[in-house]
Amino acid sequence: MFAFIVQRLFQAILVMLVVGIISFALFRFTGDPVNNMLGPEATIEQREALRERLGLNDSVPVQFINFIGNAAKGEFGLSYRVGKPVEELIATTLPATIELVFVSALMALLIGVPMGVYTGLKRHAALSRVFLTVSLIGISLPTFVIGILMILIFGVWLGWLPTFGRQGVVDLGVWQTGLLTLQGWSHLIMPAFTLALFQLTLIMRLVRAEMLEVQRTDYIKFAKARGLRNRAINYGHALKNTLVPVITIMGLQVGSLLAFSIITETVFAWPGMGRLFLQAIQFVDIPVMSSYLMLMAFFFVMINLTVDLLYYAVDPRLRAETLGGAAH
Amino acid sequence: MSPSDTPIQDRAPAAQAAGQAERSAAGKPALLEVEKMRVEFPTRRGTLVAVDDVSFHINEGEVLGVVGESGAGKSMTGSAIIGLLEPPGRIAGGEVRLGGRRIDNLPYEQIRRIRGREIGMVFQDPLTSLNPLYTVGHQLIETIQTHTDLSESQARKRAIELLAEVGIPAPDRRIDQYPHQFSGGMRQRVVIALALCVNPRLVIADEPTTALDVSIQAQIIKLLHKLCREHGAAVMLITHDMGVIAETADRVAVMYSGRIVEVGPVREVIRNAKHPYTHGLMGSIPMVGHDLDRLTQIEGSMPRLTEIPPGCPFNPRCPKVFERCRHERPELIPVEETQVACWLYDENEGATANGGRSGSHG
Amino acid sequence: MALDSQEIRVSPGLGARILDGGRRFLDGDVFHSFRRSPLTMFAAGVTLVLFLVALLAPWLAPYDTLNLSSINLMDARYPPIGSTFDDNGFIVEADPRFLLGTDEQGRDLLSAIMFGLRISLGVGFASVILAAVFGTLLGLVSGYVGGKIDSVIMRVADIQLTFPAILIALLIDGVSRGFMDAETHQAFKLPILVLAIAASQWVNFARTVRGSTLVEKNKEYVQAARVIGIRPALIMLRHVLPNVMGPVLVIATLTLAIAILTEATLSFLGVGVPPTEPSLGTLIRLGQGVLFSGMWWLTIFPSLVLVILVLAVNLLGDWLRDALNPRLR
Repeated sequence: MFAFIVQRLFQAILVMLVVGIISFALFRFTGDPVNNMLGPEATIEQREALRERLGLNDSVPVQFINFIGNAAKGEFGLSYRVGKPVEELIATTLPATIELVFVSALMALLIGVPMGVYTGLKRHAALSRVFLTVSLIGISLPTFVIGILMILIFGVWLGWLPTFGRQGVVDLGVWQTGLLTLQGWSHLIMPAFTLALFQLTLIMRLVRAEMLEVQRTDYIKFAKARGLRNRAINYGHALKNTLVPVITIMGLQVGSLLAFSIITETVFAWPGMGRLFLQAIQFVDIPVMSSYLMLMAFFFVMINLTVDLLYYAVDPRLRAETLGGAAH
Repeated sequence: MSPSDTPIQDRAPAAQAAGQAERSAAGKPALLEVEKMRVEFPTRRGTLVAVDDVSFHINEGEVLGVVGESGAGKSMTGSAIIGLLEPPGRIAGGEVRLGGRRIDNLPYEQIRRIRGREIGMVFQDPLTSLNPLYTVGHQLIETIQTHTDLSESQARKRAIELLAEVGIPAPDRRIDQYPHQFSGGMRQRVVIALALCVNPRLVIADEPTTALDVSIQAQIIKLLHKLCREHGAAVMLITHDMGVIAETADRVAVMYSGRIVEVGPVREVIRNAKHPYTHGLMGSIPMVGHDLDRLTQIEGSMPRLTEIPPGCPFNPRCPKVFERCRHERPELIPVEETQVACWLYDENEGATANGGRSGSHG
Repeated sequence: MALDSQEIRVSPGLGARILDGGRRFLDGDVFHSFRRSPLTMFAAGVTLVLFLVALLAPWLAPYDTLNLSSINLMDARYPPIGSTFDDNGFIVEADPRFLLGTDEQGRDLLSAIMFGLRISLGVGFASVILAAVFGTLLGLVSGYVGGKIDSVIMRVADIQLTFPAILIALLIDGVSRGFMDAETHQAFKLPILVLAIAASQWVNFARTVRGSTLVEKNKEYVQAARVIGIRPALIMLRHVLPNVMGPVLVIATLTLAIAILTEATLSFLGVGVPPTEPSLGTLIRLGQGVLFSGMWWLTIFPSLVLVILVLAVNLLGDWLRDALNPRLR
């Protein structure tokens, strides 16, 4: 167990280092930071002072170490666009994105898994065909079109739900949450569902495929030959075996939820990190871009680590291997 | 109606005669009776007949060996009996009776109660037969509790006893281990314990040792044989290994292209094989004390299900083929203690029948 | 010449192989399953029609919407045929000249969609071809050569796979803005977009081709070709490549759907195609801006065309995958 975690941590650190180098290269070598911050009218003295202050006169390795050190402390420099510290911008947008992604992931899982189990068990039922057809449409509908359709239907035509922004937010000091008020939920529900729909269909199709695959295995046949009840076979034996790949994919998908939140946030004017990143791209706001990149990498690495641990909890074979590994 | 249904009246007295030849068929029905069972697989290119009008029976406590090449329909017959054919495969005709009760057309819930409770099954590969995510104890207890009213702790006690019975050392510790912590042979012992855990009357063992190391195959067969005798269970032992049959079975059924070509007491079939195919099969295995100088080989290979020839399916490979074999399908004909599906033994072909028999000694 | 005669001995000639392949196709499972699936045939029909419309847009479109001088502000805000539009209390009737209505500048929506389709499909095809060529080559080299090159290529692929494609495409676009001044960036927008999408999609090709190459590499015909001293590059291109084309075709079809979606998404986000050449994504973005004024058709129709296109291509890809791999059915 211990060796396993150390090994995974080592991998995680490696990925972070690579992303750190890319972010640094992005920050240091794209365009001229001084020019970007001061504009073309600044005097030579002003430029030199800023160069000194940013540490641009140090050697490149020293700059890199400083860059990583600052990032680890949560200092990402000044945004070129708004002139505020990047960490401040992130602190105000991060909760919005995290809540959006969290609720979406939950929706995708809680709806997608049962639908997948159903279509996997009742392959030829009419409802299964409906689910599969809908899922194909769900995969073919781009996120932004889903969002726009929802705005048009529930916002413009029916007028049931607010179509943009995030309100009803309660400030808990370090975290602003929209999950405590009805108004907060009314703003969250459409963007969250929009974001979840693609993942939902993906999970459904995956669970279905895995269920079909597992049902062909010898141990399911043997379980049937022992006269076990259907419920025990389907939910005890089959479903548990499909969980391993589902966990893996879900882990990867949380990453893509984070990425696709860029689109959802744009459609619904949701004040999250995705929108921040998009604006940074349009205004070539390199510090924001490189911090977003590092933060994303950090999230992805943490998610992968969690997935590995979950994987480990579900599959006893993996436990045995790592036990053996630790003994050597 | 398939053409093979027509000679049913010719066959009925023959089957009766054969029944009288069996020792234990007096009065009450055999434990398992399979009558003219037909298994079909509808495919895009037409319907494949995997098991074609197969009839046989198994008496209480008896070991019936079912032997044949891969693809002969042995496993399919076993799966069909217990209602576990992989879709789209289905029983298209005939009957399966267990203790006189018809079981091939039962509703799902009733056939489920028979599986495990009355008919246990052992599959080929112990490495894949056990669910990797549950301990062997969990799988045993689950099965016991499905079929009995035992409490969790009673079922666990029973499970430990069973593990001890199948020869697993330190069963009270091993019960909480996962399948991957057992070797292949040990896993097959667990599988046997699972098949026998509620004392079924019949165990269908589908190539129970094929996937195992040669050195432990004999052990497992012996164990299976011993346990079934102790538990009073009859066995349908499906294998392609005549050696295993010779040591274990009371009677043997030889299958070829989805049909039974010869069935009878093991000693008789081995010593005095009547069907040219059985004869070839016997010639192809080395045996101690047999007066063969070298092993023989049957020319050609078993036809695929899509290309079964008319008449006797063995006719293209048969050394003793004659005109009738190419057109008419032979039914099982009683000859001495065995039944053979071969025109050589039809009374109307008297002269050639003698030739066939003398050939079987050569 | 000498090489050619050697090659024929090792494997059947290309011409014979194509002829044989054609026969097998018409006779075989793939074509059979095609004729058996009405949905697939329908999808193929829809795809074909949309391709033709895109190809022939300059001749089919009623108006040349790319040419600003052809647009008349007087024609603005016509709703589609069969509907009316309440423009701040002023009821506008549909105009038969504009089948799907017009936008705020008086641009004909039908024509705009046709030209948009052309750009969407063009960018989609270009990126898939680029991704397929690079991914396949890298996969071939990775699988055939092995060793260090293999592990470097696959390591990069692994790391890239951790990051969603859209993020990579956005990042490449962002970096390119950093390197170029605004004017240059504007001029090179289309190639950058194609590059960004291709760069986010090459991994699938590389991994699949590598896997197939590893299998093919150990087959006898490749061993034989090696023994008689044919150059590795030639073996890869002439012998291994044709045998991995099946999976590549499947991935290319499915990737085309993804590429079209990615382009539309980037254009919707405003970082895709230049505004002078609006794609379907751009039209949807412009439409969303006026959604609240009730001009629904400007969003709905381009979205509908986009969805139908992607759905049809996806169906074709799904079918192709299943037909080439019966186990998945």
